[in-house]
Amino acid sequence: MLLDPSPDQEFFRDTTARFLAERVPPDGIRRLRDDPDGFAADYWRAGAELGWTGLLVDEDHGGGSLSGLGLVDLTLVAHEFGRHAAPGPLCPTNIAAEMLGRYGKDHEETLAALLAGRATAAWCLDEPRAGSRTATAPVEIRIDGDEVVVTGTKRPVEAVITADLLLVTGRTGQDVTNVLVPRDAQGVNITPLRSIDVTRRYAAVHFDEVRVPLSSVVGGPGGGADDAARARRTAIVISCAESVGALQAVFDLTVAWAFDRYSFGRPLASYQELKHRFADMKTWIEASHAIADRAAGAVATSSSDADELVCAAKAYIGQYGSELVQDCIQIHGGIGVTYEHDLHLYARRAAANRSGFGTPAEHRARLADIVELREAS
Amino acid sequence: MALDTSDRADVTETLDEFRARARAWIDANLERSDSAAYIGVLRPEASDEEELALVRRERDIQRAMFDAGFAGICFPREYGGQGLPRAYQQVFDEELAGYEYPSRLQVPTFVPCAAVLLEFGTEEQKRRHIPAILKGEELWMQMLSEPSGGSDVAAAVTTAVRDGEDWILNGSKIWTTGAWWSDWALCLARTDWDVPKNRGLTVFMIPLKQPSVEVHRIEMLSGSKEFCQEFLTDVRVPDSDRLGEVDDGWTVGTRWMFHERMYRNSPYTTIPAGVSRGASRMPELFAVAHDAGRLDDPLARDLLGEARMLELVKQSLEQRVSTGVATRTMSDQAASIARLMSGVVESRLVTIGYEFTDANGAAWDETDGAVAQRGVDHLMRQVWCIAGGTTEMARNAISERVLGMPRERSHDPNIPFRDVPRSRPAT
Repeated sequence: MLLDPSPDQEFFRDTTARFLAERVPPDGIRRLRDDPDGFAADYWRAGAELGWTGLLVDEDHGGGSLSGLGLVDLTLVAHEFGRHAAPGPLCPTNIAAEMLGRYGKDHEETLAALLAGRATAAWCLDEPRAGSRTATAPVEIRIDGDEVVVTGTKRPVEAVITADLLLVTGRTGQDVTNVLVPRDAQGVNITPLRSIDVTRRYAAVHFDEVRVPLSSVVGGPGGGADDAARARRTAIVISCAESVGALQAVFDLTVAWAFDRYSFGRPLASYQELKHRFADMKTWIEASHAIADRAAGAVATSSSDADELVCAAKAYIGQYGSELVQDCIQIHGGIGVTYEHDLHLYARRAAANRSGFGTPAEHRARLADIVELREAS
Repeated sequence: MALDTSDRADVTETLDEFRARARAWIDANLERSDSAAYIGVLRPEASDEEELALVRRERDIQRAMFDAGFAGICFPREYGGQGLPRAYQQVFDEELAGYEYPSRLQVPTFVPCAAVLLEFGTEEQKRRHIPAILKGEELWMQMLSEPSGGSDVAAAVTTAVRDGEDWILNGSKIWTTGAWWSDWALCLARTDWDVPKNRGLTVFMIPLKQPSVEVHRIEMLSGSKEFCQEFLTDVRVPDSDRLGEVDDGWTVGTRWMFHERMYRNSPYTTIPAGVSRGASRMPELFAVAHDAGRLDDPLARDLLGEARMLELVKQSLEQRVSTGVATRTMSDQAASIARLMSGVVESRLVTIGYEFTDANGAAWDETDGAVAQRGVDHLMRQVWCIAGGTTEMARNAISERVLGMPRERSHDPNIPFRDVPRSRPAT
C-alpha cells in the first residue's frame, strides 16, 4: 500500500476498510461459502457508491479519480479487498470499465450501468493450454457483415456467474478483438468450476456461434491487442495490490499470534529462530508493497518500464507471498490449516491471485526476454 | 533525525536548469565509465600503482565537482556544500549515469564519515574537515570493527587514555576499506572500562599517515587487498579531535551505523543512477549467460528473470525505506529491512552468475570472457551478507526494533566492561 497517501486517498481507503469490516467480516465470508454468487447485489452497489468502479474512467464518461492517477487510487481499494478477503468482481469490472471508458461514446449505457454498480462484468481472457486435458480450440471472433460471431471456450473466468456482461478477448485471424457479449446471449454456456477462494466464483464459458452486433466490438475489429495488453497490466496491478493486502493480513495475524502464544513458558516472539523468520517475512512484505506500488505508478503513468515492473511485481509477490503464507501457517501449527481459523481466507485470495494473469515462472520468462532485448542491443 | 538537509529557502536554479548545467558539465569534464570496472565480488584490484592513480583521478574529479558547484549538493553551504534539496542530488545522479565518478570517496568518506561529522562535529571541526572532504583533499575511513569482535561493535577494546590535553590510543581495528591510501579515520575507542560496555566509548578523529598507525593489508581469498587492519601504538590525539562527548561514543556510533546502512539512499553520496557499484547487475549477468552459451536454455532464462525480478524489487524496497525514513513514516531502524534485502539479493545474484557457468565456473582462462572467475566470486558471495553489518544483526534489529519482539537476553548488562567475558586474544 502507498507509504504516504494523501488525506483524500487515506479517507477513501479508510471508508472502504470500514465498509468491508462491517459488511463482510470473516464470519460473514465463511457463511458465503455455499452462496452460489459469492456476494450480494446490494453490497456491490453500495461499493460502487463508495467509488470502487469509476476510478479508471474519465470524468467526461462518468468516472473520476482522486489523485489524477486512478489506477493508483484503485490499489487502495484492492489492498483493502485483500486485507478483508472481500467478495465482489473488483478486477473484471474495473478492467471492463477502463476499456469501455476509452471508447466512451460507443458504449455509454453499458458503462453507466457498470459505474453505478447496476451491472458487473467478467473478463474472458484465459484459455485452456494446448495439450492439456481441457484443451479446446482458441476463441475466434469473426466479423460477419454487421455481426460478430464468437466461438470457442474460455476458462477459468472469474465472476462470470454474476456478470451481466462478458468482455471477450479473442483472435480475429492474426489480430486480437475485444467484444462485449451479454451473458444471456444465445449460445453462451457456463459451467461453474470449483474455486480455491471462499467467495470468488469461476467458470468455464463456452461460446457456440454467439452472434452480437458489430457495435459490440470495443475499439476496432482486430484492433484490440494494445487494449488487451493494457488491460492485463491493469489486472496485474489490481491483483498484486489485493495480494499484498491479503499477505499483510496473514502477517499481522501471525505477529499477533507470536506475541500471544506461549510455549515452554515464553512467547513464540521471544525465540530467535522465529524472530529471524519474522524479519525475513517483514522484508518480503515491505518489498511486496514497494514493488506493487512502483508497478502501479508506472502503469498509471504509462512509463516505459511499466511492463518490466509489472512482471517483477507479479513474479515476486506470487513467489515470496506463497512462502510467507506457508511460513505463517507453520508458525500457527495445526490451527493454521483449519476452516475455523481466519488465516485461510487471505491465503486463498493470495493463492488465487498467484495463478491468474501469469504465474511467477511465466513472468520470470518475460523478464528474461526484456533483459535480453535491452542487453543484446 | 530526518535525512533531508536542505538549508536553502532561496533556491534560484530550477531542477531543470540544474539538470541542464549538470549535463553540460559532466559531458565536458568526465569520461564514460568502464562498465567492466565493478564486476564480480571483491576481485583483485589492478597493481598498487594503478590503484593509486585511480585514487588520484577520483580526488581530481571531486575537486573539479567542487569548483563547478556540484560537490556536497545536500551539504550545508557554510561548509562548502550547495545546501540544495535532495531532488537536486537525485538529478545529478541521474545525469551521471554512464560516467566515471569518485566511487572510492562515497563510502566511507561521505557516508558515514562526513555524515557523522556533520551531525556531531563542533563548528570548528566541521569547518576544518567538511570543505576539505568536499574538495577531495581528505579521504576518510572508519575504524569500527576490531579483531576481537565482529557484530558486537560496542565491545571495542581499543583504548584511549587521557594524557593532559591529549588522548593516547592503543589497539587494533580491522575491515577498513582502502586505509592504505586514506588520510583520516573515525575511531571508536574505549575510554572507561569500569562501566557497562556502551557507556565507556568515545569517538576520535585520527590522521592515518603517521608512524604510530601501522596499516596492514589483508589478502582476501579472491586476492583482493582492499581491506586493511591497523595497529595503533601510542597514537597521540588532541582532545580537540574528539567527536562528541567523552564516554558518549555509542550515541555517535549508533548514528554512524545508521548512515552506513543507508548509504545507497543517502543525500550525501553521489552515485550514478543505473550503473556502477550498487546498481544494475544485469549487463554483467547477461554477459555471463551469453558467454556461457546459455541464452537459449530455459533453465538459465528462468534464473535471469529471477535475477532481474530480485534486483527491481530490491531497488523498490530501498526507495520505499529511504522515503519512509526521510518522511518519518518509518523509524530509522527500518534501514535494517533494506540491509537484509540487499544482502540476500546480492548474494543470490552471485549464485545465479555461477550457475550460468556450468563446469567452467571452476576452471577457466581469460578466453572464457565474462565466465572467468565466477567461481571465485561465488566463494566471496557471503561478503554481501557480512560487510556493513551482518544479516543476522539486521534480522535482530527488524524483529526487535521494528516488530517490537522481545530482545535477546543480554549477558553483559550493568557489568563493568572489564568483567565481561571476552574471546581469547589471538596468539
